[in-house]
Amino acid sequence: MENAKSDVLIIGGGVIGCSIARELSKYQCRTILLEKDEDVCSGTSKANSAIVHAGYDAKTGSLKAKLNVQGNLMMEPLAKELDFDFKRNASMVLCFDKEDMPALQALYERGVANGVPGLKIISGEEARQMEPNLSDEVVSALYAPTGGIVCPFGLTIALAENAFENGVEFFFNTKVLEIVKNENGYLVKTNRGDFETTYIVNAAGVYADEFHNMVSEKKIHITPRRGDYCLLDKEAGNHVSATIFQLPGKYGKGILVTPTVHGNLLVGPTAIDQEDKDGTATTAEGLAEACEKATKSVKNVPFRQVITSFAGLRAHEDNNEFVLGEPEDAEGFFDAAGIESPGLSCAPAMGLYLAEMVAEKGKFEKKADFKATRKGIVKAAELSREERAALIKEKPEYGTIICRCENISEGEIVDAITRPLGARSLDGIKRRVRQGMGRCQAGFCTPRTMEILSRETGIPMEQICKNSNGSEMIRG
Amino acid sequence: MIQHDIVIIGGGPAGLAAAAAAKKGGADDILILERDGVLGGILNQCIHNGFGLHTFKEELTGPEYASRFIKIVKELGIPYQLNSMVIDINKEKEITVVSRENGLQVIKAKSIILAMGCRERPRGALNIPGYRPAGIYTAGTAQRLVNIEGHMVGKEVVILGSGDIGLIMARRMTLEGAKVKVVAELMPYSGGLKRNIVQCLDDFGIPLKLSHTVVNIEGKGRVTGITLAEVGPDRKPIPGTEEHYSCDTLLLSCGLIPENELTRNMGVSMNPVTSGPMVNDRLETDTEGVFACGNVLHVHDLVDYVSEEAALAGQNAAKYILYGASKTSGNGADAPRCSADAGICTGGSNGGTESSSAGACVAIRAENGVRYTVPQSLDPAAMAEKITVRFRVADVYKDRSICVYYDGKLISKKKKRVLAPGEMEQVVILKSSLAEYPDLKEITIRTEEES
Repeated sequence: MENAKSDVLIIGGGVIGCSIARELSKYQCRTILLEKDEDVCSGTSKANSAIVHAGYDAKTGSLKAKLNVQGNLMMEPLAKELDFDFKRNASMVLCFDKEDMPALQALYERGVANGVPGLKIISGEEARQMEPNLSDEVVSALYAPTGGIVCPFGLTIALAENAFENGVEFFFNTKVLEIVKNENGYLVKTNRGDFETTYIVNAAGVYADEFHNMVSEKKIHITPRRGDYCLLDKEAGNHVSATIFQLPGKYGKGILVTPTVHGNLLVGPTAIDQEDKDGTATTAEGLAEACEKATKSVKNVPFRQVITSFAGLRAHEDNNEFVLGEPEDAEGFFDAAGIESPGLSCAPAMGLYLAEMVAEKGKFEKKADFKATRKGIVKAAELSREERAALIKEKPEYGTIICRCENISEGEIVDAITRPLGARSLDGIKRRVRQGMGRCQAGFCTPRTMEILSRETGIPMEQICKNSNGSEMIRG
Repeated sequence: MIQHDIVIIGGGPAGLAAAAAAKKGGADDILILERDGVLGGILNQCIHNGFGLHTFKEELTGPEYASRFIKIVKELGIPYQLNSMVIDINKEKEITVVSRENGLQVIKAKSIILAMGCRERPRGALNIPGYRPAGIYTAGTAQRLVNIEGHMVGKEVVILGSGDIGLIMARRMTLEGAKVKVVAELMPYSGGLKRNIVQCLDDFGIPLKLSHTVVNIEGKGRVTGITLAEVGPDRKPIPGTEEHYSCDTLLLSCGLIPENELTRNMGVSMNPVTSGPMVNDRLETDTEGVFACGNVLHVHDLVDYVSEEAALAGQNAAKYILYGASKTSGNGADAPRCSADAGICTGGSNGGTESSSAGACVAIRAENGVRYTVPQSLDPAAMAEKITVRFRVADVYKDRSICVYYDGKLISKKKKRVLAPGEMEQVVILKSSLAEYPDLKEITIRTEEES
């Protein structure tokens, strides 16, 4: 990496890293983003509840609260600017016991103090009128009209593509091994050579403590907190319309039931602290716990319609607070560490917050030619019949359906691969266009998609991967 | 709008046989819509032999069997459209189809034959815990990659589920040089045909572990191993029985699901047991002029029976076109028709809800070890001279009889040494046998233990 001398080097291509990259791309500075996997959105950002929280959870006055409420507000205009899926579907926190009402009231008051608009406490009856499948045991609920759901892949990829278009350089399969302070800033050693940079942004998710601790004596420790989820078929997607939380009570921390922005139903997560930072294996106990707790909130969840289950890791910092900004003893090193829930909701605001901090430090000037908008991949199935017919006439590859369940055409898959920062793996395609995310879970379309990926990229079939290196699909 | 008399959704074995029969039955304006680039459906990847013993009295491979029907369809001059994916069918029988060549078309049909086949149950639907690495394939996907695309999916293989495709793939992978370590089956019996267990497992020394399931999948990039455990009568893993297998591939053959998204969206009544539409003896759904056959109706073991069933659907679709709906019943325009939903009985034994009207319709009820029947009703006046009622049993039974009752009166009893869910059974109902029962309401098919 001869020329790899940057003003800012971002470690981590998750939603936070990409949000910071996109905000920094508004400035006249050279920004490089390093990602250890083959694509952005490969860690915590890809496996979470996909919720945009209203902002009543975090302690009033905390940065978490401020960024949450601000991030929630920013999400809607950002979704329009960058063309990703976001929906304000509202949320409810359920209370099952009259004795817990003071806690619900406290949550309401905290939300009001945090500046969350439209909050109200409703009766169990009112809640059931809005959500007929809610449990009969619900006595009261906190209703938050600003709660939302987002496609976390769509958001992260949109931020990355827009940052890329505005000049941020992305290096994939690039794992940071060592960080050395030098007179100009930092030398970052990776498996793909050395990078020189003036500033570092540490957005490495569950690994952020490792990089922080390379440069600072004020050690932090991040615990990967695993959450198991079940995703249900779109036929179950209307079971609830709002995101349904449980008020933490004597049965422990609750789990949520929510529609996803694409119309599936999501149930989870559990919370298991572990050491393994790649340990995204679900367990039978975890999946059973998620399902069992879900039935406390919502009646008759059709668990027979589960189409997949997965686990995600939250980057839980021991002090339970986001670690943002420069440590006292590591000038020019900016942490975005310990980003667990509501990290996804905060992402737009956190990107802005940290980018401004770095820009101020580096005295970067704003660019005149920043391009704020990005067009996503066309969703042929969502077009009107006339529009779809016209599209196929112009580009016949949109007439070849590859993924039957989600109705995804070859044109969309080719776009996912050939656009800037295009997909290089099956999961990369899946996260961009939902190929294989339907009820057959890629049974029919896997061979076809592998062929298209190989054809468009020149990657031989034997080297086509599900995601990172080592996940080859074929072994002869 | 483009119009056709009969549009057949799917150009696999069911669609092809239906098309040929409809044409021979006098229908002239037929179109087959096939989503793949060739006709023949899944048969194209089934390169093993064993097809056609009933239909052609010889043993053919899947592609050979398909090619016989493709030849007939071509000789009959039946038009077909390839690479054409039907994305919607509405109640007015307007079919929306998308293809590279023709763009987005809406085709209006007088009659539709549903022949979309089925899909495999994926890992996600089985809720197997563990990692989500590469190397987990449904058996059919692996079969396509190996047999059509020419790519081996792995070297050390564990197979979960003993459905026929899994058994066939155990042999196929072995012949291609892979080591198939074990086939595990959740149930205490195999879901596949006995002959496949003998020819695909026993002949190659591949162990079959009944009452076992996969309780963990390891490997962050590619599968590195799995853990099997024995399950109890509740089908839950028994702690302490875990056994580790290192492998790079896990194949799943855990059941087939009829692909009825289009059917459901058009509002056709479904049978929750078969996951297919409810049909009468003409294989007509409760939407007039819409017929179903093959694996979209219920999952078959043998393609020969698919062809036979599909031919019946094709003949009836042709009659519907030639004589119209009211006359297919043979009783004149005023006679009440036997609609498919009339056969739906309460009590859940054959799925669905109680019949509403329909006078001349006889419900066919599955009971006591018979899980379902296809069809679920018949019309004694209009029915063919004989109809075949197909069904599966709920468990492995030894020394039981298959009994047929007309309104509670025992009509026939056939002894069976072994009955198994993996083998489809059938009884034949003769029109002549119904003559003595003018007020017949219900035919019951049940298993009974030998006393």
